[in-house]
Amino acid sequence: MASNHDHAHDHAHGHDDHAAHDHHHAPSFFTRWFLSTNHKDIGTLYLIFAIIAGVIGGALSVVMRMELQEPGIQIFHGLASMVYGFEGDAAIDGGKQMYNVFTTAHALIMIFFMVMPALIGGFANWMIPIMIGAPDMAFPRMNNISFWLIVPAFLLLILSMFAQGPAGGYGVGGGWTMYPPLATSGTPGPAVDLAILALHVAGASSILGAINFITTIMNMRAPGMTLHKMPLFAWSVLITAFLLLLSLPVLAGGITMLLTDRNFGTSFFAPENGGDPILFQHLFWFFGHPEVYILILPGFGIISHIISTFSRKPVFGYLGMAYAMVAIGAVGFIVWAHHMYTVGLSLNTQRYFLFATMVIAVPTGIKIFSWIATMWGGSISFRTPMIWAIGFIFLFTVGGVTGVQLANAGLDRAMHDTYYVVAHFHYVLSLGAVFAIFAAWYYWFPKMTGYMYSETLGNLHFFVMFIGVNMVFFPQHFLGLAGMPRRYIDYPDAFAGWNYVSSLGSYISAVGVLIFFVCIIEAFMKKRVAGDNPWGVGADTLEWQLSSPPPTHQWEQLPRIK
Amino acid sequence: MRNKAIAAMASAASLLFAGAAFAAQPTPWQTDLQPAASGVMHEIRWFEEYTLWFIVPITLFVLALLIIVVLRFRASANPVPSKTSHNTAIEILWTLGPVVVLFLIAIPSFQLLSNELIIPKDTDLTIKATGNQWYWSYEYQGEKELAFDSLMLKDADRSKFGKDDKAAYPRLLAVDNELVVPVGKTVRVLVTGADVIHAFAMPAFGVKIDAIPGRMNETWFKADKEGLYYGQCSELCGKDHAFMPLAIRVVTEEQYKTWLAAAAGNLGAANKALMAATDGKKTVDVASSAK
Repeated sequence: MASNHDHAHDHAHGHDDHAAHDHHHAPSFFTRWFLSTNHKDIGTLYLIFAIIAGVIGGALSVVMRMELQEPGIQIFHGLASMVYGFEGDAAIDGGKQMYNVFTTAHALIMIFFMVMPALIGGFANWMIPIMIGAPDMAFPRMNNISFWLIVPAFLLLILSMFAQGPAGGYGVGGGWTMYPPLATSGTPGPAVDLAILALHVAGASSILGAINFITTIMNMRAPGMTLHKMPLFAWSVLITAFLLLLSLPVLAGGITMLLTDRNFGTSFFAPENGGDPILFQHLFWFFGHPEVYILILPGFGIISHIISTFSRKPVFGYLGMAYAMVAIGAVGFIVWAHHMYTVGLSLNTQRYFLFATMVIAVPTGIKIFSWIATMWGGSISFRTPMIWAIGFIFLFTVGGVTGVQLANAGLDRAMHDTYYVVAHFHYVLSLGAVFAIFAAWYYWFPKMTGYMYSETLGNLHFFVMFIGVNMVFFPQHFLGLAGMPRRYIDYPDAFAGWNYVSSLGSYISAVGVLIFFVCIIEAFMKKRVAGDNPWGVGADTLEWQLSSPPPTHQWEQLPRIK
Repeated sequence: MRNKAIAAMASAASLLFAGAAFAAQPTPWQTDLQPAASGVMHEIRWFEEYTLWFIVPITLFVLALLIIVVLRFRASANPVPSKTSHNTAIEILWTLGPVVVLFLIAIPSFQLLSNELIIPKDTDLTIKATGNQWYWSYEYQGEKELAFDSLMLKDADRSKFGKDDKAAYPRLLAVDNELVVPVGKTVRVLVTGADVIHAFAMPAFGVKIDAIPGRMNETWFKADKEGLYYGQCSELCGKDHAFMPLAIRVVTEEQYKTWLAAAAGNLGAANKALMAATDGKKTVDVASSAK
């Protein structure tokens, strides 16, 4: 790991004074936030954007849980008449479509507009240049374009929810996977076109970001920082950027074919003219599976830093950790069809994907055990980021082992498209990636703002959220085993009990999010000065050598890594 | 709501006490897979339990390690951290350990997969199931040709079909015309979609296969118990995705033959005659006694 230049500390302060005296004209508000080329400002914009999108995406899920609290259709027909002006039976039909729109939008928002902007656009943008000893990203203006593409992409997606979808309904209700023919002939209105364009624009934003990160990490590391001395978060972002660069063009191709099938008379996926709907699923999941590693790998990097910092020990098995991520990224490209076990793949194909998928458990196990080994023998202080990180390790393990079950095509037969799958991927994403995001938030909040958050509120946030999300998703394992399919607005009465528990959990999680906001507001009101390094000797990466918040331009004299 | 929950628990308990060896539909507060009614589902249930013997101890092991670490290595208990950051032996151990576990899981898993996907040569009966927005169509292919649609039973139509018993014919699961098959016979199912992708799923038989326009998928089952079995469409297919259940009535071979002969002429009358013959039986009564 990075061991740092002796003078870096002094340098930062020297620079601070320098900034105060010489850094003449501070940019105007408009220039700073709308024409920004500074990685830290763009990172802040990304984080604010992710919080807004996360609140919208989270609100959608709470409304869905309200609907599912009891059997029957309770609220969506009312919602449909309120939003779209349907009446009578049309409101019921409009409401059913609207529920599907909510599941679709919840997924797309959380993936493309919450987790990715938070981890990659937000924390990676903020910390990667600092951590590798670079003054900024390689292409600062391209960085700005990346951000300003994600905003219209999000607006297009929101707009799609109000555009004509299928006959008698609005929005895209075909799920985030957008399988044809439901997304082509099944939804003739322009809503799907808007959603496709939203993904095109968001994809372009991510590809530009990926190019920027790869270039930055490959070319702008401080003298002496070899790849094998680079912090693990930088490793995780480098791998993520490669996954983005290789997988997103495939999605772009797939959804472009969807677009031309819909509007320009092609028949890539239309069986009546010799096309094949399964082709889209292969293209989609060739992107879609690496995508789930894109969501979690930066979290892996962050958790390594936090565990090491608060255990006051270097990361155990640094090289193993780095190459475990490389392995996960590489194998992640050759397992896509485990999402398609029920489409009628041949026995040998399913055997291959079964085995390849199980292989991923090995590097993932290495990571879990290495985190625990990092803590072993440490001197652990349980500050808020550390509590989130420990919670992450346990919950990610739970999601991981159900993933091993689902990898078995024979068993997946019973669990495919049921709530078991919903429980599994929320344990690794909603309780994995999101816990990593909150851990990162508390870890770097003092660095980014210069203020210390309240430990009491941070702890309260964790415990409320921990109880809430487990209550939401653990019972969903039972629902899935009993056979409750996904994406159902209404369910047989036998499923009522666990659905009720799950809905209660969702309200508790919503309270957790409120505490998160209270915690932010409190920190900005109290303005407790955090200091350069609030975490002590365990925090040995370069960002802790700078002031909090760091100067506008850092490392004007490059740090030297021994 | 609390009353509802208690009522649901009570009915779950009564179901247990009724000693019902199997249910053809989900039950309140169920925490397990549905009871098996075919050889394949018996194997799936066995394999699921088998995987639990690995994953539950692994999860508890990780939890135990975390608890030990939190207690033993908290700053107050261990003020001076060690500097250990490598231990080749343990790193090899936690790489090879999971490999061994994965092999132990993979071996029966491959066997299960083969048993599911290799369709027995001596099929007794072939049925074509077509998914439509939002109902299923069935075609019997044999000497007697028969084709009909199967739609979710609406509450208003319960008496018309003689299905007033909500325990045997639950909301969202019951249909107007069930698929009827003989017990103990190998049934080959050809599955396709007419408009968008649907999925033919029957949890008690361990069957799930997508109904894809332009493709003909095939699967099979051999029901080993008579009864009425329910499944639900398992691929998002539009607004009424939740409202196109599948119901399969497994009957004796004689009942099946009588039904098939009559159904070609008058499906409704054939179904009613079949219900009169089967609904008196224990299998369907088990569920109704629970309420």
